[in-house]
Amino acid sequence: MNVMLPAAEKAATTTETVGTPWLNMAIFAAFVAVTMVVVLRASKSTTTAADYYAGGRSFSGTQNGLAIAGDYLSAASFLGIVGAIALQGYDGFLYSIGFLVAWLVALLLIAEPLRNTGKFTMADVLSFRLRQRPVRIAAATSTLCVTFFYLLAQMAGAGALVSLLLGIHSRVGQSLVIIIVGALMIAYVLIGGMKGTTWVQIIKAVLLVSGVAVMTLWSLALFGFNFSDMLGEAVSVAKDPAILEPGLKYGLSDVTKIDFISLGLALVFGAAGLPHVLMRFYTVPTAKEARKSVVWAIVLIGLFYLFTLVLGFGAAALIGGERIMAAPGGVNSAAPLLAYELGGSVLLGIISAVAFATILAVVAGLAITASASFAHDIYSNVIKKGKSTGKEELKVAKITVVVIGIVSILGGIGAQGQNVAFLVALAFAVAASANLPTILYSLYWRGFTTRGAVWSMYGGLIISVGLIAFSPVMSGAETSMIPGADFAVFPLSNPGLISIPASFLLGFIGSKTDPYKESVEKQAEMEVRSMTGVGAEAPVQH
Amino acid sequence: MSEQPSPAEPTAEDFQVAQRSPEFQSLRSTHRKFVVPMTIFFLVWFMLYVLLSIYATDFMSTKVIGDVNLGIILGLLQFVTTFGITALYVVFANKSLDPQAQDLREALESGDYARTRGPVVGKEA
Repeated sequence: MNVMLPAAEKAATTTETVGTPWLNMAIFAAFVAVTMVVVLRASKSTTTAADYYAGGRSFSGTQNGLAIAGDYLSAASFLGIVGAIALQGYDGFLYSIGFLVAWLVALLLIAEPLRNTGKFTMADVLSFRLRQRPVRIAAATSTLCVTFFYLLAQMAGAGALVSLLLGIHSRVGQSLVIIIVGALMIAYVLIGGMKGTTWVQIIKAVLLVSGVAVMTLWSLALFGFNFSDMLGEAVSVAKDPAILEPGLKYGLSDVTKIDFISLGLALVFGAAGLPHVLMRFYTVPTAKEARKSVVWAIVLIGLFYLFTLVLGFGAAALIGGERIMAAPGGVNSAAPLLAYELGGSVLLGIISAVAFATILAVVAGLAITASASFAHDIYSNVIKKGKSTGKEELKVAKITVVVIGIVSILGGIGAQGQNVAFLVALAFAVAASANLPTILYSLYWRGFTTRGAVWSMYGGLIISVGLIAFSPVMSGAETSMIPGADFAVFPLSNPGLISIPASFLLGFIGSKTDPYKESVEKQAEMEVRSMTGVGAEAPVQH
Repeated sequence: MSEQPSPAEPTAEDFQVAQRSPEFQSLRSTHRKFVVPMTIFFLVWFMLYVLLSIYATDFMSTKVIGDVNLGIILGLLQFVTTFGITALYVVFANKSLDPQAQDLREALESGDYARTRGPVVGKEA
């Protein structure tokens, strides 16, 4: 989700802050207090595995749609996209379109059949008619990789956000905040399970979308609700008409152009392969509600990106690129600076708290996905071969959450000041390459086999991670993770253009050459179930 | 949903008979006939937009209304088509998919589906 934060390092070294940090902290504390109450209430009805992983399948399509938006719209996409539009103009806008259009893949091809054929995790669907062990292990591996990279990005992003919004600039202070974020995440998930996590996401989505809506109307009002005037002002402040035209960021060379096509592919195919998004489709009672939740998600996410378009150009017009770059946090400070410009410390405080709430909600969603994948796929189905009780599985899931929490706190502290965009590119590229082709094949292609699934998933995973490792994101450029070294033999920052088609191809070849014939009965069952919803997991009655 | 007696669990044979039934074939082809062209359409339209933005920058910079240029308008059109396809799909699914899926589901859950429809006829290629 992040376009965000190459400026993270910069943020850690600057020392001034806008607004009133204690006010920001107070509003954030209020959010934590309110959500904790909600999570505690949700914990009373969280007893079984279906409660813990899928919120008892009791959420309505509308509620789940809000939660999906809450899961998907990270702080990074809020701060990052507003900043990208404010500075690079039109090219920042291109990003947000990919993030939205991607949801049509989920709506048309994935949400409903997934709800009809699975229970808790992505692997449930993939292993439905294929051999359990190899497929589950592969699916869990890619789930854990995607969620880990994504989680790391969010945690490191939290540190950067702190320096910007709370005026904490020391490395120790930022580490402390990462520890707090991690501890809160563990608490939310342990206490409230999927139900509590979902409520946190719903509250956050409402706050984020309404906060952004208010800022949008406010900035438009300053231009008499004339968007064209706002654009004109942005041009005159930037002293460069190119801000309205494509090409400022991606038009630099042939490589950047192809890189953008690659990124576009990864965005469109990645969103519907993100495990924490897929898992949300199990929290509703029927496929029809799953459809409704995607519709709500599309409406909210679409509105959000339309608002960020206005906010980005609003920031360009009212604040200007120079002041944004000079502020602590650089490009990511465009939205907070605009809030301060419009509504002073109070609005800045609210927007900062919303940005924090956003990080919390996203990391909680990621943690529960990773723990479900480990406990349900690896422990229960592979290690215990399906013979563990729900209680044992739940215990393992809870232990996993604590482990994941601790690992991501340590990782987040270690990744401070790193190029966060690197981690997110990794997560999206892996989701698009390792997960999506296999999901589509197993739902829609009768001839798909276990070998096809395993080749496609491991192939997609290895190729995408490998290409990133040898790309300019890792080495050879000023903004690389290891700036001193240069082993970037692959010119593109995003591997999607190669790794996604490769994964589709591997799935095809693997299936065609597989000597083992898959069960015809299971294929019939899966196809009929996926289209009709026969015997789909029912909601839990409390 | 909670008032009804628990539905019968269909057998492997039921599923195979159902998969070959004209009702299911019709449901599946109704679904594909909508979903496949729509997916191709939005992917092509999105990639076209991306390609135009990258390779036809002059064209995209054409001013249309005040400072609003073609690139911004086509970008906003991406939002419009996304919302539009979503709305179309919901209407289509409610009207054409749900009733068919529900009939099949009820038939399968009433039990003895395969026996009342005849057994699996041979193993087709």
